[in-house]
Amino acid sequence: MALPQAKQTATEERLAALTMPDAGCTRKAREAALARVREMGLPSRRDEYWKYTRPDTLVSAEALPAAVFHTDEPMLFNEFDRLKIVFVDGVFSPDASDDLKLEGVTIDRLEDICCKDIHWAKELYGVLEANGQTPVPRPLAALNTAFASDGVAIHVTGKPSKPISLIYRHESETSDAILHHIVRVESGAEVTILENGPAASRFNKCMEIDIADGGKLHHVRAQGRDHQRRSATHMFTRMGQESVYKSFTLTVNGVLTRNEQVIELTGDDAMAHVAGACVGDGDFLHDDTVFVTHDAVNCESRQVFKKVLRNGATGVFQGKILVKEGAQKTDGYQISQSLLLDDDSQFLAKPELEIYADDVACSHGSTSGAIDETALFYLRSRGVPTEDATDMLTLAFLAEAVEEIEDEDLAGVIVSRLQDWLARRR
Amino acid sequence: MTFLRTAVNAQRKARGEEDLSAADFLKIIRAKAKALKIDADMLKRPVNVGFSGGEKKRNEILQMAMLEPKMCILDETDSGLDVDAMKLVSEGVNALRDAGRSFLVITHYQRLLDHIKPDVVHIMADGRIIKSGGPELALEVEHNGYADILAEVN
Repeated sequence: MALPQAKQTATEERLAALTMPDAGCTRKAREAALARVREMGLPSRRDEYWKYTRPDTLVSAEALPAAVFHTDEPMLFNEFDRLKIVFVDGVFSPDASDDLKLEGVTIDRLEDICCKDIHWAKELYGVLEANGQTPVPRPLAALNTAFASDGVAIHVTGKPSKPISLIYRHESETSDAILHHIVRVESGAEVTILENGPAASRFNKCMEIDIADGGKLHHVRAQGRDHQRRSATHMFTRMGQESVYKSFTLTVNGVLTRNEQVIELTGDDAMAHVAGACVGDGDFLHDDTVFVTHDAVNCESRQVFKKVLRNGATGVFQGKILVKEGAQKTDGYQISQSLLLDDDSQFLAKPELEIYADDVACSHGSTSGAIDETALFYLRSRGVPTEDATDMLTLAFLAEAVEEIEDEDLAGVIVSRLQDWLARRR
Repeated sequence: MTFLRTAVNAQRKARGEEDLSAADFLKIIRAKAKALKIDADMLKRPVNVGFSGGEKKRNEILQMAMLEPKMCILDETDSGLDVDAMKLVSEGVNALRDAGRSFLVITHYQRLLDHIKPDVVHIMADGRIIKSGGPELALEVEHNGYADILAEVN
């Protein structure tokens, strides 16, 4: 079916502004992705999947400028021993990065893979993204596969002694970055990947993750404090037998964020947990779009998303659990909740279950509410000032999401960032 | 725990005392929690995450011990507690008793008063104090019921 004229025009305008990098072994995958983009067209606000989040500024030919936020606050995760991989406005910075060598893992830049004819990442580049295009199209991810200008391929074969930390610095007001990472966790291997920073004025990031049988990946990310930045991110995760994937995202500020998680449980007894805590104030829209497919027996999935909104901020959650025929003993859980600190903010939620197996336990819930007056009274009756009491209840509300972070020290720094946000925003 | 610390420091501020440092606070709360058999995990629990009835009671006593109020009203503290828990709670109360602090303990039974020895007992009916006396008054009620006293008054 031909695309509507407006959509086709918008898509072609965006494509005209991009050049495909000299691609080596990823060329075929990139050309196929470009064909997918042309076929699907870039998102427009008439699309059902973009009903609550206007994609205009994410698909426009030029990115809108975004002021760079300066702070004396140390970068998140600074106190942790980790292997740093730094991108400045979407360009790898060898000077700021550590030597990309660590036992149990090999890390290559996308650029280097592109020069090689044979590389493991070739088997994955654009593959999980292409799989994730059905049943719901995700054209921005295909656009990413076609035009990504940088990124890394992380091959985890053992248990690296420290986390791998991707740092995205934003230094130019007009930057428009497209990054694509590939992660393969081998059988029995285990790694923690950290991501933090605003990245660019406009950021399109795609990460394809393949976890083999018994592999484990912990992912903790924070999206920086720059308020005017816009980002659309995708994580496509394919999981083998008894594999574990745990992902947590912290978002404070950012005028527009769309985070998509597409997870496919293909091996029995696998476990996927995705969680997010977002706190927004004013001109802020945060969209968590999650699609979990159970295609194996006895897998567990959990989605825990909590949003604190005020001064007209908007939160969006579109989460789906699809249980395929034969995926018996599935345990699926999904909760999305918002704490609205005033009457001007809104939370738009679309929780969905689609189940084709008859022996499963799936639950979903979604709530929007204000601070509990009774709880507030209880705290105040013990002498806690109203503002402190409100902060305490807000943190307690976010706790269920933060608890999904396995490492207590990492969870601790996330909580302290949330406390800072609350203290600043009075 | 954050809640208690904030509350304690807010109280200290109101009394014109210095804030407790995090380390001092930890030392004190750990000792007091241990006496009430509240384990470290419970201290870490977020404010609004499910406490059982008994845990709530012990938690309240811990709060009392930390906040050191001048006047404590314990309204049917003994309801829903088993014998051991009641003993713990009573010990918490007794530890706080001193000349500078008052307790108003409200109960239906003498049982609690075996552990917390009252100075004065008031009997209340229909919203009025109808008889006052020493600890022996509570014992008398335990043996004879309220009927005698009610008849006497009427």
